[in-house]
Amino acid sequence: MQRHLISAADLTRDDAVHLLDTAEEMARVADRPIKKLPTLRGRTVVNLFFEDSTRTRISFEAAEKRLSADVINFTAKGSSVSKGESLKDTAQTLEAMGVDAVVIRHGASGAPYRLATSGWIDAVVINAGDGTHQHPTQALLDAFTMRRRLVGRDAGLGRDLAGKRITLVGDILHSRVARSNVDLLHTLGAEVTLVAPPTLLPVGIESWPCEVAYDLDSTLPKSDAVMMLRVQRERMNAAFFPTEREYSRRYGLNGDRMAKMPEHAIVMHPGPMVRGMEITAEVADSDRCTAIEQVTNGVSIRMAVLYLLLGGNEPAVSHTRIEEK
Amino acid sequence: MSKILIRGAKVLGGEPQDVLIDGDTIAEVGTGLSAEGAEVVDAAGKVLLPGLVDLHTHLREPGREDSETVLTGTRAAASGGYTAVFAMANTFPVADTAGVVEQVYRLGQEHGYCDVQPIGAVTVGLEGKKLAELGAMHESAAGVTVFSDDGKCVDDAVIMRRALEYVKAFGGVVAQHAQEPRLTEGAQMNEGVVSAELGLGGWPAVAEESIIARDVLLAEHVGSRVHICHLSTAGSVEIVRWAKSRGIDVTAEVTPHHLLLTDELVRSYNPVYKVNPPLRTERDVMALREALADGTIDIVATDHAPHPHEDKDCEWAAAAMGMVGLETALSVVQQTMVETGLLDWAGVADRMSVKPARIGRATGHGRPVSAGEPANLTLVDTAYRGAVDPAGFASRSRNTPYEGRELPGRVTHTWLRGKATLVDGKLA
Ligand SMILES: [Zn+2]
Repeated sequence: MQRHLISAADLTRDDAVHLLDTAEEMARVADRPIKKLPTLRGRTVVNLFFEDSTRTRISFEAAEKRLSADVINFTAKGSSVSKGESLKDTAQTLEAMGVDAVVIRHGASGAPYRLATSGWIDAVVINAGDGTHQHPTQALLDAFTMRRRLVGRDAGLGRDLAGKRITLVGDILHSRVARSNVDLLHTLGAEVTLVAPPTLLPVGIESWPCEVAYDLDSTLPKSDAVMMLRVQRERMNAAFFPTEREYSRRYGLNGDRMAKMPEHAIVMHPGPMVRGMEITAEVADSDRCTAIEQVTNGVSIRMAVLYLLLGGNEPAVSHTRIEEK
Repeated sequence: MSKILIRGAKVLGGEPQDVLIDGDTIAEVGTGLSAEGAEVVDAAGKVLLPGLVDLHTHLREPGREDSETVLTGTRAAASGGYTAVFAMANTFPVADTAGVVEQVYRLGQEHGYCDVQPIGAVTVGLEGKKLAELGAMHESAAGVTVFSDDGKCVDDAVIMRRALEYVKAFGGVVAQHAQEPRLTEGAQMNEGVVSAELGLGGWPAVAEESIIARDVLLAEHVGSRVHICHLSTAGSVEIVRWAKSRGIDVTAEVTPHHLLLTDELVRSYNPVYKVNPPLRTERDVMALREALADGTIDIVATDHAPHPHEDKDCEWAAAAMGMVGLETALSVVQQTMVETGLLDWAGVADRMSVKPARIGRATGHGRPVSAGEPANLTLVDTAYRGAVDPAGFASRSRNTPYEGRELPGRVTHTWLRGKATLVDGKLA
């Protein structure tokens, strides 16, 4: 694996499967009465959030604490930080404090890449979402959720998502989740279809390793998983689609539409779900919807990422291995 | 005044000849000229060109002297072989009055490295709403003939029409920064395959092409002269080609970086590649080269855009747009146009000196290398090969996309009206 995790596209198939397998190992820790491993004791991880995302920050924080890392939360939003140079300044301040890893969330696409490659710091950089570019741990937790549901929790170990048909629906243009998922799912052998109105698909999408469709109803029967993306209401004012009602009618997932999916197929959502526009309450609350599991799985995935990038050669779950002997 | 004998130079790339400068004028061009009383410059193997003219330079003074000044900018120009530069109006204050353009003009004359011909703003404060005092700027000591809101597009069709009409009274030209503003809101790079992948806001080719199409039609309708700044797409080339075939009085420029670099470089997220208009695709680059060769694009202009280090040493979205270009322009043209066989040195002289001088009405520049002409000359060692080292730049800023890249050719001497501004690669 590379030294940093910037893009889902940086992962090979074997890296990705190894990460998913490691996350399964981490998930077992969560089932214990004491959900803590000593793996990252003495290591310092900073959660550097230039953009609000309580969900992602808490998920990383939980993962870091379960691995016994020292955690510093730095929320740049609302502080004096406003000019671009602050990323460099902030990074160098953290470097001076002897930070081992920086988990960065930033509104500008490419900011984590700059942080990792410009020589400003030596720490490991983990991208927790940059602009409309990438959110690799989200893609990993989505893949983890799919593998558990579509291949099996134990049966899935060592396996990828070959042949699984995954459909992503909604605002692809502005979605780092979509970009990361297309990259990772393709690497894992899945067949990906993106469904959206043409205004919410980027120019240049032809080169992506996936299919593109404008019609949701015809893709549903051929989907093993349908991932609904968040559509922001502001997009309507920018003329990406005429009205919220028309969007829901054409691209929203309701009970009738869910019924067109194969019986085993799951509904996914990266959250937070705004019930109504892209997904109805009926679908969101059904047992086919994995939104809550995705949150749980996010912690296991982030533990696996931190462990593999920072843990070095020590086994992640040492006493588990001892018990097995 | 002193005499200088340039011995054995390939004038415009032709057979070796001697060129005798006497005072501020070329006295004689021939073979075996007497060196008596003259300082001799051995130019064997080198190419002699008329002093280069840049129709599109940002000197930053007044207002951003931390990036560049008239002095540092003209020293950079002399280093790159230029004897005249046209300074864009987007300074602080904006060059939209006779007072500001005269100040810039006089600084150029005082420093003496290069003639500085100010460009006047089309509209007050570059705001696109109200015409600036174009006539007063023309009548000032600076004698402005080129007007541009560069950095911004004159997007209001009526204002653009009026500007085109108004400058006819004194033979002026409006140089348009073609960028439809609504289509480029939040734009960070060329819109296409790479922007889709990187998740950076797209600057679509059609935002440039639609304005060029509109403006050539406006120029035709009112019978005026329009110049298109830094044309960057294959589609723009087609529109200009069509307009010229129809007899419309349009000229166009291309920058060296659009002749060489593509948007693939943005994958590095290194803001040194952030420029407006953005780097386009390989297909666009090839179309631009062809168009410069066949004359559809008239000239090369640098769009020299100096920025201090901190404005580029940050994440892409926060970085300033622009690249320095005066000191590398000729090398890039040698690599992309001469060494590809698309243009000979006479062609380079035409695209980088004769035509830009003519578009900007800089009558003392872009002249033939012959007796009686002003001694504005540039001597180039075309055999030179070397990696670009920004540490050696005369410009106050170092934001070059070519750092460490090997480029051919090096300007060794520049003469402005017989006075050496660059000698053996060193500023005089
Ligand atoms: Zn410019």
